[in-house]
Amino acid sequence: MKIKEVRFVSGNEACALGAIAAGCTFFGGYPISPSSEIAEFLSELLPANDGRFIQMEDEISAMGSVIGASLAGARAMTATSGPGFSLKQENIGFACMAEVPCVIVNVMRGGPSTGAPTSPAQADILQSRWGTHGDHPIIVTCPTTVQEIFVEIIRAFNLAERFRNPVVYLLDEINGHMREKIEIPEPAELELIRRPAPPQAENWSFPYRRNAEGVPLMPDFGTGSRCHVTGLDHGETGFPTGNAEIRQALHHALMAKIDRNAAAIYKNDAFMLEDAETLIIAFGSTARSARRAVELMRKDGRKVGLFRPITLYPIPEADILKAAEGKRKIVVPEMNLGQYVLEIRRILGRDIPIVQVNRTDGEPITPDQIMAAV
Amino acid sequence: MVERFEIRLSGSGGQGLVLAGVILAEAAAIHDNMYAVQSQSYGPEARGGASKSEVIIGSEPISYPKATSPDLLLALNQESFNKYAPSVQAGGLIVVDSEYVVDNLKGNYRLIGLPMSELARTQLGREMVVNILCLGVIQELTGAVSREALERAVMHRVPRGTENINMKAFALGIETARKYKQEQPNG
Repeated sequence: MKIKEVRFVSGNEACALGAIAAGCTFFGGYPISPSSEIAEFLSELLPANDGRFIQMEDEISAMGSVIGASLAGARAMTATSGPGFSLKQENIGFACMAEVPCVIVNVMRGGPSTGAPTSPAQADILQSRWGTHGDHPIIVTCPTTVQEIFVEIIRAFNLAERFRNPVVYLLDEINGHMREKIEIPEPAELELIRRPAPPQAENWSFPYRRNAEGVPLMPDFGTGSRCHVTGLDHGETGFPTGNAEIRQALHHALMAKIDRNAAAIYKNDAFMLEDAETLIIAFGSTARSARRAVELMRKDGRKVGLFRPITLYPIPEADILKAAEGKRKIVVPEMNLGQYVLEIRRILGRDIPIVQVNRTDGEPITPDQIMAAV
Repeated sequence: MVERFEIRLSGSGGQGLVLAGVILAEAAAIHDNMYAVQSQSYGPEARGGASKSEVIIGSEPISYPKATSPDLLLALNQESFNKYAPSVQAGGLIVVDSEYVVDNLKGNYRLIGLPMSELARTQLGREMVVNILCLGVIQELTGAVSREALERAVMHRVPRGTENINMKAFALGIETARKYKQEQPNG
């Protein structure tokens, strides 16, 4: 891969740089620590790259502005942190229902409520999946290193566009504020996926008619077709309907869009898995503590491995089952009181001991804590 | 270069320790072609309050980004010395500002006290550049990062118009540490 530039940047800066590389043309947000630097960097980068940056009056309107920009054809995003993420939920639900592509970055901090502004947490995992009401499709990804933050936000935009769905991108205070070297590829090296185009450029009347992947063929606003979007149950024309059959079909189609294409959305990483007797499952910055624990224990001849989901939802059940095959013990460290472990327990059942390592005091989980649990 | 070298820079907010950590890590990662991670924590205040900046440098990719038992601690005030000295690696190095850290606890570490803030104030006329002076001291005492790499990173990161005074501060740091080493009976 041809490298354009090598820089030493924070995770939040890498997120902003990655968004620009991903072709992001709109950011609407409201600053909140520890995500504020993403808005700060994009307020300079977007205008310099033919994009638009707007600071709205609050998080709710910020999410609304992202939806509007995306419907008009922009690759749109916002960035926030716990309390702001809560406020955005209503409009995230609208984006799921109306199938509006967008990326929502949540640089996680402690909670509930205002919690702890500038210390790390991973306590919004289940909220990322089920934060807004009703059965709804969502994609959640969670990078670990600063380089990966750059790479994965490009993938987040591509997934949002390809499936016309919100993608929640989870960082935390540790990898958001931590600085590392990143390599920025030449733009020609990056594959950017654009939302599916309708079969005709103008006068297309079925914005919710679906392609083979189950994704609506919706025209962008202002391109010559009538386009109606609503949060109400709707049919192919985008207008509300009370028809039971159409309503049921819509709900199934929304979920199937992600479930049927899950293989294209999954991404995992593994370290020292093959001969491992104990398996650690960790994500985000906690995966760095876990990897250190594996490195140190391997030096002592302990057979420990790490499975790291980068896509948290849809949940890579088959990959988790495979990673756990033949293992004697599973350790799940996360900076919350036990959230993703609920999924792990559901998938792996009761036959294998699962040990939790949890911490919510604003300090990172240390390699020592994980080693003690192994 | 060792697999993993942990550095913790500590003092109060406004002493420029976050910037110093960024410069140190950038020098290692970009100019010395090593692996480096920088992180920090600080209070809500812009000035005062406790400030901590951590840098991990290594020949291998850095997994855990935080310092658990630093090989080097820089403490620019008494509070941070008291708080972080016990965590220093056995046989590790602590560099303190001898003007502000007066109460030195004994421990299993090498302790070096230098009047860094005073030198910045009296010889360069601005105590503000003490952070860059400290980088000179660290370079000369540990060699964790090369002098050339640090000079390039300092030039890249300090505010425009302050390059001269910061480079002077860096050179003064190196000279101060060199003099200290020469005065020691065992080198």
